[in-house]
Amino acid sequence: MAFFIETLIGGLMAGMLYSLVALGFVLIFKASGVFNFAQGALVLFAALAMARFAEWLPAWFGIESLALANVLAFLITIAIMFVAALLIERLVLRYLVNQEGATLLMATLGIAYFLEGFGQTVFGSDIYKIDVGMPKDPVLILENVFEGGILINKEDFIAAVIAATLVTLLTLFFQKTATGRALRAVADDHQAAQSIGIPLNRIWVIVWCVAGVVALVAGIIWGSKLGVQFSLATVALRALPVVILGGLTSVPGAIIGGLIIGVGEKLSEVYLGPSIGGGIEIWFAYVLALVFLLFRPQGLFGEKIIDRV
Amino acid sequence: MKLSKLAIAAAMAATLSAPIHAAEQFFPVLVYRTGAYAPNGSQWANGYVDYLKLVNAKGGINGVKIAYEECEFGYATDRGVECYERLKNKHGGATVFQPLSTGVTFALTDKAPIDKIPLITAGYGRSESQNGAVFTWNFPLLGTYWVAADVLVQHVAKKEGGFDKLKGKKIALVYHDSPYGKEPIALLEERAKMHGFQLMLLPVAHPGVEQKATWLQIRQQRPDYVFLWGWGVMNSTALKEAQATGYPREKMYGVWWAGAEPDVKDVGEGAKGYNALALQHGAEPNAKVVKDILTLVYDKGQGTGPREEVGNVLYMRGLISAMLGVEGVRRAQERFGKGKVMTGEQVRWGLENLDLDQKKLDALGFAGVMRPVRTSCLDHMGSSWVRIHTWNGTKWEFTSDWYQADEKVIRPMVMLASAKYAEEKKITPRTPEQCKE
Amino acid sequence: MIYRENGQFKTSYAADQQIFPIRQDRIAILALLIFAGVGVPLFADEYLFRAILIPFLILSLAALGVNLLVGYCGQITLGAGAFMAVGAYAAYNFLIRVDGMPMLIAVLLGGVVAALVGIVFGVPSLRVRGLYLAVATLAAQFFWDWAFLRIRWFTNYSSSGSVSVAELDFFGWRIETPVEKYLLCLGLLILFALVAKNLTRGAIGRQWMAIRDMDVAAEVIGIRPMYAKLSAFAVSSFYLGVAGALWGFVHLGSWEPAAFSIDRSFQLLFMVIIGGLGSIMGSFFGAAFIVVLPIFLNQFLPWLGGLVGVTISTAAVSHAEFMIFGALIIFFLIVEPHGLARLWSTGKEKLRLWPFPH
Repeated sequence: MAFFIETLIGGLMAGMLYSLVALGFVLIFKASGVFNFAQGALVLFAALAMARFAEWLPAWFGIESLALANVLAFLITIAIMFVAALLIERLVLRYLVNQEGATLLMATLGIAYFLEGFGQTVFGSDIYKIDVGMPKDPVLILENVFEGGILINKEDFIAAVIAATLVTLLTLFFQKTATGRALRAVADDHQAAQSIGIPLNRIWVIVWCVAGVVALVAGIIWGSKLGVQFSLATVALRALPVVILGGLTSVPGAIIGGLIIGVGEKLSEVYLGPSIGGGIEIWFAYVLALVFLLFRPQGLFGEKIIDRV
Repeated sequence: MKLSKLAIAAAMAATLSAPIHAAEQFFPVLVYRTGAYAPNGSQWANGYVDYLKLVNAKGGINGVKIAYEECEFGYATDRGVECYERLKNKHGGATVFQPLSTGVTFALTDKAPIDKIPLITAGYGRSESQNGAVFTWNFPLLGTYWVAADVLVQHVAKKEGGFDKLKGKKIALVYHDSPYGKEPIALLEERAKMHGFQLMLLPVAHPGVEQKATWLQIRQQRPDYVFLWGWGVMNSTALKEAQATGYPREKMYGVWWAGAEPDVKDVGEGAKGYNALALQHGAEPNAKVVKDILTLVYDKGQGTGPREEVGNVLYMRGLISAMLGVEGVRRAQERFGKGKVMTGEQVRWGLENLDLDQKKLDALGFAGVMRPVRTSCLDHMGSSWVRIHTWNGTKWEFTSDWYQADEKVIRPMVMLASAKYAEEKKITPRTPEQCKE
Repeated sequence: MIYRENGQFKTSYAADQQIFPIRQDRIAILALLIFAGVGVPLFADEYLFRAILIPFLILSLAALGVNLLVGYCGQITLGAGAFMAVGAYAAYNFLIRVDGMPMLIAVLLGGVVAALVGIVFGVPSLRVRGLYLAVATLAAQFFWDWAFLRIRWFTNYSSSGSVSVAELDFFGWRIETPVEKYLLCLGLLILFALVAKNLTRGAIGRQWMAIRDMDVAAEVIGIRPMYAKLSAFAVSSFYLGVAGALWGFVHLGSWEPAAFSIDRSFQLLFMVIIGGLGSIMGSFFGAAFIVVLPIFLNQFLPWLGGLVGVTISTAAVSHAEFMIFGALIIFFLIVEPHGLARLWSTGKEKLRLWPFPH
């Protein structure tokens, strides 16, 4: 029982992190209809920038305090992500309005390649460290209830809390602010939004910025966990089943989808894995999402697809 | 117009410099300085290239200078094959290939006999290629994965107080899900049968950043030892997950590709006590050859990588790999003519008759770094001595005596597997007479 | 002036419906085929064969397969690499498990098995559409990646999970040299390209296109979506399977599942989108572009650096390669979202009028 709970908790926490990456997908898809494959590259890029500036700033300006260096690096990285969003809108998306989904998807893959190359050229391709003071050692709880207790990974726990906070903030931003309302309007209908005077291009820049910030947070969490290097870009692939399970256009879908996938893949790996060979969690997540899709082709919370001839 | 002028100039330059460059021994260098495994791959590559530079700075191999060219393949098998095709005929023909990738090694094993270029796979590649009678062109010098697995079992047996104490113990193998990670399984299964320990196989998918479920299983099953067969980011992730699940790092043993600075550096204290095999050498900042490189290469501003990484574990691995290739050429020159450029076929003979005794190694500056290597037709490995080093939080330290892999266990497996390969590929193994040629 | 069809009269339906209705095109294609079959083997060197031409031919075949599904039937797939893997491993198993199995038959059977698997993984397309389907096809990719790593029967219990093929035997003709391999691939490619072209001109191709343009509308006019979609998956997977088997047998010789990883799937999708969706010709353009560009950049950049006296490190070249590759893809998508094939036909259109403005 204790082990089951442990796996469950592990899955939920992993799921929360997937949600964070998935959120980046959903935001951009909602506002611009672009299926953003570059989200993984954005995560890598942001994490690289953050790690390197946190390392460079003390060297350049003699900043002693680690916290100050981290905060400054964080701010600089946000500025960089803003510039990146601006450039992506100016140089790429603007010219691809009204193209088919597949073409846009390929364009974001192009962006991903570019960012991967550019990030590594500027920031290096070694393995870097983001040290935001996350605790690494585990704690045991409920030791008197279960034998051996339940092991909680503090780092994962904090990460999950941060992810949850970010999700709440974004939801508030979407629901309560004027920009958020404009974003939702664009998501509902590009043309209608434009006709009432919402500037599409600016909205897209904003969305990509928000996606960039989400990527940065995801990058910091994953980066401090795994070290910052090339493989970070592959976390995007882990988040894809989450997106389609939850529905491409739904923010709550990304969160609940993330939790379902996280729990599903960990339970499957731990309980099913040993009997059929292990290493099944990646495809299991996709198959799980596929099974859900067979019942709800637009994902759990996606908008219903209505066909008219 | 400009272009044609340039072409003429280039052609003239080529003809002018041709006589000088004619006598160069060409070492192709397959590297990966990008991609998921770049942090490890680039250190190896730096060591490899630096050694070639050092040989040139010392006047070449009996006067024959070395030419080299890098080709980046990003640990992707098909691009590795493309690099091989691109480099094999350049500069008068490649001397020897060292791909540093088990996947590429597998692909090139079929091509090497046709192109007559030997393959050195120091510390990786196919384990059965030790049998040179079948694998004429493969040289898994210094050790194969079966050697590594065998020594690990010997070491834990020693810790437990004898092989009989292994009965009922549980050993988990956390491995990279690729030919590389799977190589040791055959031997470990054999050993598990011999000593009655239980083997838990836990594969980790490329690139190895997702190991939560793996370590949950380890926490549940509580194996007595964990063998780590990872590469690149998978190693540091494993150590972090071990820390996060509270598995004692002292009980973790890595293969020699999971025991270098990039694997533990950003885990720092969390990796303290973690052990890994050393392919004879560890981090050797004080070796004579390293000092030579610093004075003859780096002080002249010709260093390939950052100075502070010189002497690191993987840097040394690259360095030694290059040295073995160079010594193969030197040995070949002893038979086919000193001061001449050797062909791939001649170098193959040199590698098969390599005899690096302690005196030669001392002269090369490898005193204390490695043990003598002596190859033969039936043994393309040359040495199976391994020791273990441990990360103390800031650096790698040797913590064991030398071990030697048990011939009685490995030899039959090598013969069986290589016979199967020969049958599949319709190769007639060389007879002892043919070997002498 | 030279390139126009004035004076070429069609007197039968067959003549009117031929693949290349313009005589100049027929001559050009014939010349190209002769050049590819005779000229290239005479001039190309081994490197060109092994590193560029053979991969190009095989990946063209794969791109054709992807184009049939994505370009003609409108079902986006990100799992193309998986079907190549299925083809390769199935062919391998036929070859080693059936005594005296000829290589070519094994390759084709590999394609058949891939087609069957394609049908199974095509089933979700009946319910799931568009980008949802694209992601769902990744399930196939990851599942087969895993299966060929883990299920040891597929790899004939080889200890490392890597398999290799001893010799290629084409009904008594032993294929060893790069030229022979090249000719084998070329022959198969021409054959299958012709089949693909005719499929897309026939009833089934029209059904696929109707489904692509709007599946509900197609259903209303009496096209069975199940039959059309699944047949597209089957044919596409067959092509991919054959290409995968060739990739393993002819190009690599020995391989592991990583040879057909998700990167391969993306690469194939790039080929058809850069080349041109719904165009047989486009598949070739795309394949050529994607195969040659990285190799070209990889060799061109150091040369360029050498010209201005800078030694560019291998890592920097490789990073620059990523950047240029990404930028070029975006550039092409912006300049011509319908791919190189559209540029080609625009060019032809212009050539027809030349030298007159209208």
